[in-house]
Amino acid sequence: MSKIPAIQTDTLTRIYKIRGGKKSDPKELVALKDVTIEVPRSELFGLLGPNGAGKTTLIKVLTTLLAPTLGRAFVAGYDVTKEPHEIRARINMVSGGESSGYGLLTVRENLWMFSQFYGIPSREANRRIKELLEVVGLGDRINTKSSDLSSGLRQKMNIVRGFMTDPEVLFLDEPTLGLDVGAARDVRRFIRDWMDESKDRTILLTTHHMVEAEQLCDRVAIINEGRVLACDKPTALKQQLQQAAIYHLQISPLDGITPETFERIRGVHHFTYRSQDGSATLEFILEEDDVLATVLNQLTAHDIHLLNLEKREPSLEDVFIHLVGMSMEEVERGEVD
Amino acid sequence: MSRTATVSRLSKRERNVREPLRSFFTAAWLGWQIESNWTDPFLFAVYSIIKPIAGAAILVVMYGIITRGAFESPLFVYIYLGNAFYIYVGSVMNGVSWAVIDDREHYKTLKYIYIAPIHAPFYLVGRGVARFLTATISVLVTITAGMLFLNLQLDLGTVNWPMFLAALALGVILLANMGLMLAGVTLMIAHHVWFIGDAVAGALYLFSGAIFPLEVLPNWLRPVGFAMPLTYWLELLRRALVGQVAESFPTLSHVSNGQLFGILLGLTAIFGIMGIIMFRWCEHQARERGLIDRVTNY
Ligand SMILES: Nc1ncnc2c1ncn2[C@@H]1O[C@H](COP(=O)(O)OP(=O)(O)O)[C@@H](O)[C@H]1O
Ligand SMILES: [Mg+2]
Repeated sequence: MSKIPAIQTDTLTRIYKIRGGKKSDPKELVALKDVTIEVPRSELFGLLGPNGAGKTTLIKVLTTLLAPTLGRAFVAGYDVTKEPHEIRARINMVSGGESSGYGLLTVRENLWMFSQFYGIPSREANRRIKELLEVVGLGDRINTKSSDLSSGLRQKMNIVRGFMTDPEVLFLDEPTLGLDVGAARDVRRFIRDWMDESKDRTILLTTHHMVEAEQLCDRVAIINEGRVLACDKPTALKQQLQQAAIYHLQISPLDGITPETFERIRGVHHFTYRSQDGSATLEFILEEDDVLATVLNQLTAHDIHLLNLEKREPSLEDVFIHLVGMSMEEVERGEVD
Repeated sequence: MSRTATVSRLSKRERNVREPLRSFFTAAWLGWQIESNWTDPFLFAVYSIIKPIAGAAILVVMYGIITRGAFESPLFVYIYLGNAFYIYVGSVMNGVSWAVIDDREHYKTLKYIYIAPIHAPFYLVGRGVARFLTATISVLVTITAGMLFLNLQLDLGTVNWPMFLAALALGVILLANMGLMLAGVTLMIAHHVWFIGDAVAGALYLFSGAIFPLEVLPNWLRPVGFAMPLTYWLELLRRALVGQVAESFPTLSHVSNGQLFGILLGLTAIFGIMGIIMFRWCEHQARERGLIDRVTNY
């Protein structure tokens, strides 16, 4: 097997020029900044980050849809700028959360047409299409016009389109986005099985689901605002937080004290507050266990009842918070404002 | 980064022969599926039969008024045929360039097609084939209507078929290349331009000697007509169909058929090279600016 990495980037930067008014100079938006990653063959590599982190932009550059602004990127050993053609014969891509396809064609026709662009003989293509449709549970819809499919089923068709060509490197951009829980689980299992079938396959998958990254990926890069902040096996990433103490508290409603009080306690690395009817949940990442005493003292001082207390193992979410200082959800909310 | 020999490149044959061919034929298949998806046969009839006949009828009425009904004049055949064959211009150019908008905006498949190992110009030209076929129906209908109802002086027995078919083929190649230029422009424009092909065809209508000789144009506009390969294409088609009647248009009467072919061939080659260069340049720009999968909200 060759030692050439499936994917390699070297200080890859992508800047979008946003043309505003006629007079004003175009504004620049740095979507990727000095991204250097290396994905060996046969790895299922995850890119985890909130909306707007730059995940799709990275996939677009690697799939030759978008030119890099600075730096270099290689797929299967070929330069995305100089040899896009060599790359295209070896890759495929699926984006979740959208319904693409020729609505007037049947599921089989849609897939067959794409197989022809890759030079797959019709017979072989039809065999693969049938087999893969069975696997994703679309077997009985093979002759349905794709416009008659629900968006979830269209997405499954799209997933088959990506896998059908048996690419060396497959890019999955949030493949479970918009799917219901059951379908998402099926798709994750399918992805994992496909990888386990052969050592020659490589996947780069983006997600903003912690669980997906944790369960599915061999290695995960955490990305925010266009920068890769950490990149390792999920277990290794979490190991960084072994020292930290993560607590989940359920309490009676806060009364006479604001959530900010807790943020100000020394040793509280991160804090989130959520109130439901009748109770509230607090989530702490503390620098060490001892800080918990101070937190509990505050509660007692304000006559707040502790209903439940749990110490959690660190998750990738916590790793993200540790790296960025905010949860992914908070980052995304900030984006909207 | 150095690459070891284990990564094999695509063979030349794969890249230069198989890829263009399968891009073209698959695209032609797709284009036909879309074009022949006449969920409403009435709409199809309006588009490919009634619309061209109506267009011809307007022309005939205008001609009748201006010439006080000189339908026996060879000039009439000339104008009628020029107008009929001009149907190809908008159709083929639109068919090719439209695919960009259709795939990008409507089906949202352009990015998947773009990252497939296709040959983009061949794909786009393939998508235009179906429009060429439906345009052929329109052209035939228009000419037949002229023969049946307007006593159009066209004798199928005296048609120079080899010359006609050769000229037609050359013209279609030319139009496909012009469509490719428009496809490049379309790719670069983030906002959709629905009828760019028709718009350009309309603009060129007056400069190609379709319905009047270039002599009618003001002096300073005439060179535009002479630079347009369409001018020579229409002239050749008409000469092939109605022979020396052709001389009723003075513009090119001193040019022989062979010379006309030479000029058309040369201009087609120039437009072909320009088409490819322009398309590749636009494609490069679109990739730089991230427009390949850009979807405007409409
Ligand atoms: N075509 C574009 N033009 C300008 N800005 C863009 C474009 N595409 C994405 N962006 C911006 O680049 C950043 C990264 O976007 P994206 O790669 O889509 O992130 P993600 O996939 O992680 O959600 C975002 O701030 C987004 O608004
Ligand atoms: Mg994205």
